[in-house]
Amino acid sequence: MAGPLPLGDPAPPDGMIPASAVDGADSRSLAFYLHVPFCRVRCGYCDFNTYTATELRGAKQSDYADEAAAEVAFAARALQQSGLPHREVETIFFGGGTPTLLPASDLVRMLEAVRAHHGVSPDAEITTEANPDSVDAGYLRQLADAGFTRVSFGMQSAVPRVLATLERTHDPARVPMVVEWAKAAGLQVSVDLIYGTPGETLDDWETSVDAALATQPDHISAYSLIVEQGTKLARQIKSGFVALPDEDLQADMYELIDERLASAGFSWYEVSNWSTSRSSRSRHNLAYWQSQDWWGVGPGAHSHVGGVRWWNVKHPAAYAGRMADGVSPAVGRETLDGDARELERVLLGARTRDGIQIKSLASEARVAVAGLIADDLVNAKAALAGTIELTLRGRLLADVVVRRLTA
Amino acid sequence: MSPKAVKALEPAATDPSFIRNFCIIAHIDHGKSTLADRMLSVTGAVADRDMRAQYLDRMDIERERGITIKSQAVRMPWELDGQTYALNMIDTPGHVDFTYEVSRSLAACEGAILLVDAAQGIEAQTLANLYLAMENDLEIIPVLNKIDLPAADPEKYAKEIANLIGGSPEDVLQVSGKTGMGVEALLDRVVQKIPNPVGDPNAPARAMIFDSVYDTYRGVITYVRMIDGQLSPRERIQMMSTRAVHELLEIGVSSPEPAPTMGLGVGEVGYLITGVKDVRQSKVGDTVTTATKPSTNPLPGYTDPKPMVFSGLYPIDGSDYPVLRDALDKLKLSDASLNYEPETSVALGFGFRCGFLGLLHLEIVTERLEREFNLDLIATAPSVTYEVTTDDKKTVTVTNPSEFPGGKISTVEEPMVKVGILAPKDYVGTIMELCQGRRGALLGMEYFGEDRVELRYTMPLGEIVFDFFDHLKSRTQGYASLDYEPSGSQTADLVKVDILLQGEQVDAFSAIVHRDKAYAYGLLMTERLKKLIPRQQFEVPIQAAIGARIIARESVRAMRKDVLAKCYGGDISRKRKLLEKQKEGKKRMKMVGRVEVPQEAFIAALSGDTEVAKDKK
Repeated sequence: MAGPLPLGDPAPPDGMIPASAVDGADSRSLAFYLHVPFCRVRCGYCDFNTYTATELRGAKQSDYADEAAAEVAFAARALQQSGLPHREVETIFFGGGTPTLLPASDLVRMLEAVRAHHGVSPDAEITTEANPDSVDAGYLRQLADAGFTRVSFGMQSAVPRVLATLERTHDPARVPMVVEWAKAAGLQVSVDLIYGTPGETLDDWETSVDAALATQPDHISAYSLIVEQGTKLARQIKSGFVALPDEDLQADMYELIDERLASAGFSWYEVSNWSTSRSSRSRHNLAYWQSQDWWGVGPGAHSHVGGVRWWNVKHPAAYAGRMADGVSPAVGRETLDGDARELERVLLGARTRDGIQIKSLASEARVAVAGLIADDLVNAKAALAGTIELTLRGRLLADVVVRRLTA
Repeated sequence: MSPKAVKALEPAATDPSFIRNFCIIAHIDHGKSTLADRMLSVTGAVADRDMRAQYLDRMDIERERGITIKSQAVRMPWELDGQTYALNMIDTPGHVDFTYEVSRSLAACEGAILLVDAAQGIEAQTLANLYLAMENDLEIIPVLNKIDLPAADPEKYAKEIANLIGGSPEDVLQVSGKTGMGVEALLDRVVQKIPNPVGDPNAPARAMIFDSVYDTYRGVITYVRMIDGQLSPRERIQMMSTRAVHELLEIGVSSPEPAPTMGLGVGEVGYLITGVKDVRQSKVGDTVTTATKPSTNPLPGYTDPKPMVFSGLYPIDGSDYPVLRDALDKLKLSDASLNYEPETSVALGFGFRCGFLGLLHLEIVTERLEREFNLDLIATAPSVTYEVTTDDKKTVTVTNPSEFPGGKISTVEEPMVKVGILAPKDYVGTIMELCQGRRGALLGMEYFGEDRVELRYTMPLGEIVFDFFDHLKSRTQGYASLDYEPSGSQTADLVKVDILLQGEQVDAFSAIVHRDKAYAYGLLMTERLKKLIPRQQFEVPIQAAIGARIIARESVRAMRKDVLAKCYGGDISRKRKLLEKQKEGKKRMKMVGRVEVPQEAFIAALSGDTEVAKDKK
């Protein structure tokens, strides 16, 4: 199963949020993440909170949309009673698991719950993740008709051998088709890639990048494979059955995609995300990196409101029980102090193209910027104009930059 | 023979002819403490219900390791043929590091029990102490212990002992400290064979200090053997080496709990308490006399303890430095041979350069510091004292590689030791190979009994202070025992090898080694560090150098990727916590120039353990 939840304080059953979270709420936007914790099969590398049919222990996939809708309603009450101002929702993201394993009508019902209880901004960004083999043209049209604006396809690779190692079941030939259908339905399209899979060569990666570009999406994400504890992949690596590509090859892969995407007209806007224009950036993801408020609905989902983070009970059956009892599904939370919030602001902000304003940093961090420029980690021109913007080398060493800025 | 004396003799009024002073010479695990315990209960000195195993070994470490660090004396009554005697058993440290202390304990006795494990035979350290005892003209009573063990072979080892000290194998007593078998006969033998002490009761008082112990409640307790004259309570006493005068607050005997007496007379063994707080004021080997009628002739044999082995001790957590300083100050009160002074190291921060009598002493001190003061410590590779003469005829005493002079060196003198190694004969080849590799010169080889051999070498002390004993043990499956004693010095072609990270010297890794071994040392350390130092944003060359000449080189390639690919939802908390942890970890990072090295890497490199995670950033 998925990795453990963080350790934190207990979360109150009524979902009330500490008063400290109210400060500055007017200047923060509100987003919703709706988790769908179901998959047909579990991929060997995945540690997300998701369950196959046999792992559900009495929780019913068919009841899930209503349970999630109940949390959406609960959220409205909790936010209001905690003194947070009413804000229309700016972005909604359905992730998983495999959201598209549910009928399109279920996703729509969950979306409608957000509309009904919170209100959704007219130009809201509404995204769902999708597996290439779990949607068809009709499904996508149904989502678009209900107000979805964007779909993010888990393409991962175009090389069958790599897909097999990842235990992805889709036929790579299906990706261009689903992208085409999504565009035809009027949806913005992102494709997600994974690099650094055991056995993947630089040539394999190039093939995948080219295949992704050939579908002409307006957004591409590329994540290096992370071996999470407790996954099948972690066990295979530990037993020596497969080996991870070394760090240097992963760096080569990153440089390759950055170069390829740049020549195709994409610009990076976060270390793992590229888009064809400012308007095709994922606003929902930017909300995470800008420490906006976001409510995560569903088993194991995390939320953040004004420096308070909490997380829900993991198993869908336990979650269903909480929702049936009208009790908060949160099992733990933490209230960040000023230092922790600043650390998060820097660690998240530094990863984005829009970066951090140098004048917002503490004086020691401002001194450290000179060294970061000298080491070719931070763009000198942007720094002179007052912003921390990572160079290509800096993006690959983003954690070094953050450590040096927060030392 | 009677099990228990009816009435013990009164101290201060005991006729020396009824006193017997003896010690027990034995190898570490040959059962000395068990036998001593058994004697305490057989003589009635300790009631059976108060008996606690290894009564005489007070410190936890001693009890756990089964070795006696600090000696004590116990007065026990014993009756033979209707006459009551006072037996003073003087406990001696068993290890070669404490040769001086041993020699003083021996000087307080007229006889010694040579105690040998009936299943193992005599060991190298026992030989050294036996030699010392015979040098002091002590009457030796040979005893085989643990004869109740199934593996005991008393016949074989009795023969071995008889060969060694003369006499017949039949003279070798057989006892079991564990069951008590033969112990009464042994006590009878002590009375019969060991000469009584002789001294002049009318001469000015002279008492030899054979031990001094720091007690938290009572200050320093000084153990003495009266040679001439008499000491009485409330008298003013004088230490002959320093002329310092103290008032005698208490005088008494241990039996084994301290019992104040009306004084101590010729031949008696007991303790003195003056209220002094530092054992340095009551030095082993010194002569105590009275202030009113002082003696003018100090007893022979007093020397200041001289450290042989040096090592830097550093707290792993730099903020523990004051704790370490206080801990050393406290230990010093009970350990006159411990020497230290503050030292700083680029790699390890603030610590102390400490001088020890030998390797075991180093180990015991480190362990006491860790255990009694709850410190986590790292010790640098042990070093010895070198006399380095430069071309301009200046001589420098070097106890730390960092003091090794730069520039032209004309000679380097290194301390030498005579090493005795006792092992089953099958291991002679591998031991010789090891000793030759450590620049040993064979002095001789002698067979004990049928299958055991003593190999004698002269070797540089510097070659045995570092992992020699570990190698010896592993090559001989633990069968070899080792003993060494100082034996002058020699000139040798020694050089200082420095280890550099990105051109910056890492002091903790500098070593003084023979020129022929410089390359091997350089290679070993550069390879170790390569495995341990995490990749940095830039390439880090690791070099070994003699002066300006590079003799070995490795490098840690530049790190190219250090970024978490995904950072959404729950990742954010995880990432923040990781960073917070890394910031904590950074406090343990040492900067060598621009290179960040986790303290763990330095520690692992020093200890040779390269398997620690190098991913700690």
